Amino acid sequence: MSLAARRSGIPVHVWAGVALVAIALGVLPFVAALAGQAWVRILNFAMIYTMLALGLNIVVGFAGLLDLGYIAFYAVGAYTYALLASPQFGIHLPFWVILPIGASIACLFGVLLGTPTLKLRGDYLAIVTLGFGEIIRIFLNNLNAPLNFTNGPQGINLIDPFRIGGFSLASTETFFGISFSGPQKYYYMLLLLTIAVIFVNLRLQNSRLGRAWEAIREDEIAAKAMGINTRNVKLLAFAMGASFGGIAGAVFSATQQFISPESFGLFESIIVLAMVVLGGMGNIPGVILGAVLLTLLPEVLRYTMEPLQMALFGRVVIDAETIRLLVFGVALVAIMLFRPAGLWPSAVRKRELEVAKEEAAA
Amino acid sequence: MAAPALLELTRLEVAYGGIHAVKGIDLIVRQGELVCLIGANGAGKTTTLKGITGLQPVKAGKIVYDGADVTGKPAFQLVRKGLSMVPEGRGVFGALTIEENLAMGAYSRRDRVAIKQDIERVFGLFPRLKERRKQTAGTLSGGEQQMLAMARAIMSRPKLLLLDEPSMGLAPLMVQKVFETILTIAAEGVTILLIEQNAKLALEVSHRGYVMESGTITLSGDARQLLSDPKVREAYLGEAV
Repeated sequence: MSLAARRSGIPVHVWAGVALVAIALGVLPFVAALAGQAWVRILNFAMIYTMLALGLNIVVGFAGLLDLGYIAFYAVGAYTYALLASPQFGIHLPFWVILPIGASIACLFGVLLGTPTLKLRGDYLAIVTLGFGEIIRIFLNNLNAPLNFTNGPQGINLIDPFRIGGFSLASTETFFGISFSGPQKYYYMLLLLTIAVIFVNLRLQNSRLGRAWEAIREDEIAAKAMGINTRNVKLLAFAMGASFGGIAGAVFSATQQFISPESFGLFESIIVLAMVVLGGMGNIPGVILGAVLLTLLPEVLRYTMEPLQMALFGRVVIDAETIRLLVFGVALVAIMLFRPAGLWPSAVRKRELEVAKEEAAA
Repeated sequence: MAAPALLELTRLEVAYGGIHAVKGIDLIVRQGELVCLIGANGAGKTTTLKGITGLQPVKAGKIVYDGADVTGKPAFQLVRKGLSMVPEGRGVFGALTIEENLAMGAYSRRDRVAIKQDIERVFGLFPRLKERRKQTAGTLSGGEQQMLAMARAIMSRPKLLLLDEPSMGLAPLMVQKVFETILTIAAEGVTILLIEQNAKLALEVSHRGYVMESGTITLSGDARQLLSDPKVREAYLGEAV
């Protein structure tokens, strides 16, 4: 390493690595498009789930509060966008106006959930948050009468795509002789948003607030004794996690252009939690890995299970849709068995498990 | 003329889980003193401390700290005012290293340079912790964890330190070490209120002592006098008089 590079703080090979990753992320939607636009859409979903998982990671990974109803904030963000940018009420606000509104409303719901549950921990908190998630979904499902707000189980259709001036992200366009499809344009938009969310999360983790969350996760009484206002710090965890969920929801709404309460069920909550836990609770790169992997894996299985069976047995023995979930489940169990702290755990989480193991042995 | 009072409890009553555990006690800790509150299991010592630090709501009475009424103030505010505590059962952050634990102790402060210096100073006081600075707190023995909990508490630069049963569950040799630590901290100029079941050791290191029995203070005074008091000797030191 040269002296000049060392003085600048960041060595050359790191810059080179960053440049390589940037190029790879830049051409990725075109590589994926070779296999079909569906794969570009799957990549977009991976990024939406990354934002969602990072938000949940604040609550579960940083502050140690088990939240099973996290998808509710995703729903709140998604419906906020849908109601403010669709023919439902005839309102068509631009996305950069709705995004902060969606984040704020989700944040408000985060505080709404956080306040009554401040004294709850572990299983009890999990049960209450689970109920909260279901309440939101059921509300959305039934808010079509007497006044029609959400269109009930039919969901909201014809939601506006992201639009900057007259430039819509949904249609195919040609720049510099290269044709960009709708999903590919969304890809770059989502990439920018995801990088922003990752950046904020990294800053949060290393902040005073991040340390306060860590202390609360470890021992709440001791955290109080350190001079940490545990009530506010826990509320902040809920509020910030919810805000990221709200942003992800709004983006989901704009990408899909259709939403219904079905997308916000308990299964989604569990999947996002699985992304956090399998990836590595509390470790941002781990959570990103978990989100990307758990989004891609079921899709890869969807496309490989039938050809694989054809090759092995000469016919399709089990329906691809069935075996897909089976293999997915087995993969989750295997990861937890062999890497209990997650695929890419945080250093502290690894130590937590070691301490727990020693205590169990003693 | 005695030093001014740093902590003064007046007719303090605290309930704990529906039980009227502290039934109106008066207690004073003066600047620079080491005062102990002794008594049997269930006498209400820990509830008293929880009442002082806002972990348990106060039913009646008044708590004055450093000239201000702090009755019912939450713990985090008290820490910022220089009233620090070591909770029962130590409560070290097991998965964090010793250094990280100490840094957490300085959470209420924002002077980074001075915090770094204080960590080194604390390591000077506790060479045992310095040797293990990169180890996780969970790997320490019970006595070492207690030491760390106290070291962490002084990282907030407290004027008054409340210690809750620091000798609990420790081997006799470690108990000795913990009491040496308490004296070290007192020598740093920190005023200490020590809550202990081990009456003999507590009275030996303290200036003054209070004896608590089923929620009330039954005896108080100079620690040496209490040590020779026949009632104390019989009830707490296990001696037949």
